[in-house]
Amino acid sequence: MNLGAFFCVVIALIPLGSLLFEATVRGIRSISPGFFALTTANGGIGNAIQGTLILIGLTAAIALPVGILTGIYLAEYGKNRVGAAIRFFVDVMTQIPSIVVGIFAFSLLLELGAIGIVSSRLVFSTTTGVIALSTIMIPFVARTSEEALRLVPISTRESALALGIPRYRAILRVVLPSASSAVITGALLGIARVGGETAPLLMTCLGSGYWFEGLDQPCESLPHTIYVFALGPDSALNQAAWGASLILVLMMLGIAIASRVVIRLRAGTR
Amino acid sequence: MPPKIHTEKLSAWYGPKRAIEDITLDFEEHAVSAIIGPSGCGKSTLIRCLNRMHETIPKARAEGKVLLNDEDVYALPAVTVRRRIGMVFQKANPFPTMSIYENVAAGLRLNGVRDRDKLDVAVLESLKQAALWDEVKDSLDKSGASLSGGQQQRLCIARALAVRPEVLLMDEPCSALDPIATAKIEDLIFDLRKDYTVVIVTHNMQQAARVADTTAFLYLGKLIETAGTRELFERPKETLTESYITGRFG
Amino acid sequence: MLPFRKSRGVGRLITAGALGDPLFQWFSTVVAFGVIGLLVVITVILSLAASESIRAFGLGFLTGAVWNPVPPLVFGSLPFVYGTLVTSALALLFGVPISIGIAIFLSELSPPWLRIPLTYVVELLAAVPSVVYGLWGIFVLGPVMRASVEPVVQGIFGFLPIFQGNPIGTDKFTAGVILAIMIIPTISAVSREALLAVPENQREAALSLGATRWETTRLAVLRYARAGIFGAVILGLGRAVGETMAVTMTIGNRNAISVSLFDQGQTIASWIANNFLNATDPLELSALIELGLVLMLMSLVINIFARLMLGRVLRRGEGSA
Repeated sequence: MNLGAFFCVVIALIPLGSLLFEATVRGIRSISPGFFALTTANGGIGNAIQGTLILIGLTAAIALPVGILTGIYLAEYGKNRVGAAIRFFVDVMTQIPSIVVGIFAFSLLLELGAIGIVSSRLVFSTTTGVIALSTIMIPFVARTSEEALRLVPISTRESALALGIPRYRAILRVVLPSASSAVITGALLGIARVGGETAPLLMTCLGSGYWFEGLDQPCESLPHTIYVFALGPDSALNQAAWGASLILVLMMLGIAIASRVVIRLRAGTR
Repeated sequence: MPPKIHTEKLSAWYGPKRAIEDITLDFEEHAVSAIIGPSGCGKSTLIRCLNRMHETIPKARAEGKVLLNDEDVYALPAVTVRRRIGMVFQKANPFPTMSIYENVAAGLRLNGVRDRDKLDVAVLESLKQAALWDEVKDSLDKSGASLSGGQQQRLCIARALAVRPEVLLMDEPCSALDPIATAKIEDLIFDLRKDYTVVIVTHNMQQAARVADTTAFLYLGKLIETAGTRELFERPKETLTESYITGRFG
Repeated sequence: MLPFRKSRGVGRLITAGALGDPLFQWFSTVVAFGVIGLLVVITVILSLAASESIRAFGLGFLTGAVWNPVPPLVFGSLPFVYGTLVTSALALLFGVPISIGIAIFLSELSPPWLRIPLTYVVELLAAVPSVVYGLWGIFVLGPVMRASVEPVVQGIFGFLPIFQGNPIGTDKFTAGVILAIMIIPTISAVSREALLAVPENQREAALSLGATRWETTRLAVLRYARAGIFGAVILGLGRAVGETMAVTMTIGNRNAISVSLFDQGQTIASWIANNFLNATDPLELSALIELGLVLMLMSLVINIFARLMLGRVLRRGEGSA
């Protein structure tokens, strides 16, 4: 049995090893200053990186406050049947396939455009992409924040209240800070998750060969670039896809490492 | 008559910490032997060395001899030893995903017994010996975890007896039970001596007085005194024993 | 006289909590309900957008096998549902045994110093974006499949219809293998939780009956944890069903129902990904959105089922402690 179980571990690690190896070896060949300076129309990924950063920045700006506040509700006020129902539906939302979220954002803007509330040109724009990514990130962050707050022992809350601190202050100034490393980890994981998403962007912010042109214009992103470059017939672009993948994987790794560092740092200051 | 189990200078450690030291002790066949002593004196460690459960804990080790009918327990395969020396734990641990029947039959199935008739007979006998048959005979299919605490413990006793061990070790079997359940189990321990050798660890001196033929007193990992139960309680030889029995420390 | 200024009026009510507490609770409740409102909006919008197609085809949408974007416009989802089920089944076939093996290794057999780094590494599998898996699938796994694996499989099992046809490396088989890799972190992590939740006294009980190490794992641990492991598998299925990019890039994108695993195919997600922007007729767009709705419902049902399984495990764990 020992051998069998170990064998399973090895089998699972082979594709991971191959993937990281290939991404590094093939990807490195594309890395050059030009690669970052040129737009995707010219075989570089500069605007893709820019696009991804803008997308996840805006998404985080919306999804983090909403998600964390929802997590606070679930953990602090959601111990009853209503809270259980909300938790259930938030869980449901985390499981929606990301391509369906993309369809939703597209349809929403199409509908709003048809009614006349917004310009129908907005359907294919950064805004729509941000709406789609936020829809993915909000429930995710809500659940991770709730779990983080749940880890704080009841005694912490009680001792704060026993000092005469009002409940909302106790939550914001005592409970939330003591859960901060787990909350931050959840936030970073959420960012990493949406940063790697492609499907919802296919029909929302599309892609673009140019540098960022505005919230009402299509926007390129790293994952989308990889997709397009990989499927094209041009082998130079295929190669560039590997370069873009390397950068994307490094970004993911960077975020994962950052979250571990945050945990270490905050654990050190306790 | 040679003792069923003989230990010779048995010592055991958890990592660097020594739990029992140089214990030389005999356990007579077809008798109930009790091991008493205050918390932390090494009683549980001692019996866990007898059926080689002690070594399942990481960084635990034992030295010295344990002989079962003159066979060196540490020279035999551990799995064999545990089939011949059964164990009942402080907190009843029936397998919750199995029915009462399956729980009792579990040990036999592990031994390769597949014949349904043989299993039926064994389950019936073991449940009777554990004084549980009358209470569960109509609900053998119910989950092992659906019984009360005392019933669960008797189920575990039945499960241990089903493989027909030579010795039954009991580690504070009644400490989690109410007085009525305790009494039932003490009665059955008294009956088990006909067919088995029983070693029971208890922190309850009255229990030892009620069920055991021989009692050994352990303190801080060392064997202080062992004698026939009545003699130990009425005329203890060591002052330490006397202090413990009269309640000067616990 | 107190050395600080007392707050007055509304300010005092807020800081003392009399106003602040209800205000904050109300605010966070509104936000939470708002999030659920978003879910309602999603359902409404998608249903509205799909309504044209729903009205046109009714239940025939689920059984129809034809997707015709030119008049007469007929759209049916069967080939895609079929493709989704086949690739997901393959993913489970390969992924589940490996995941359980990993879970057993990490919870029972691994030396302590190896446990944490190995857990991180398996988590790393989950951190790789789907599109990167797809890229690797096209240029690394696919060629290996075409040159080595699939011919060998066909050589041994070629008499079975599922292994016939012309293996070119981009097919349902390769897509299934990649999906298997992608769901391993999910299944193994949740299975591991289930295994770790088994109380130590269960292992002790089995050992004391004379069980060997493997018998103990099988009898006391796996059996106790089986509901949790089953829940983990269903969760993995839920993930496989919704996976888009890696599948789109390796499945070959052919709209046909065929028996052979070495043939190209299509899943719901990959079909939507490939055709959404090409849809010219509003009915086709509506049909694609209806397809998305079908996918969402599949995923929903699977995940609720998984939740029920796992919920029972958690409750039972508390009951028998």
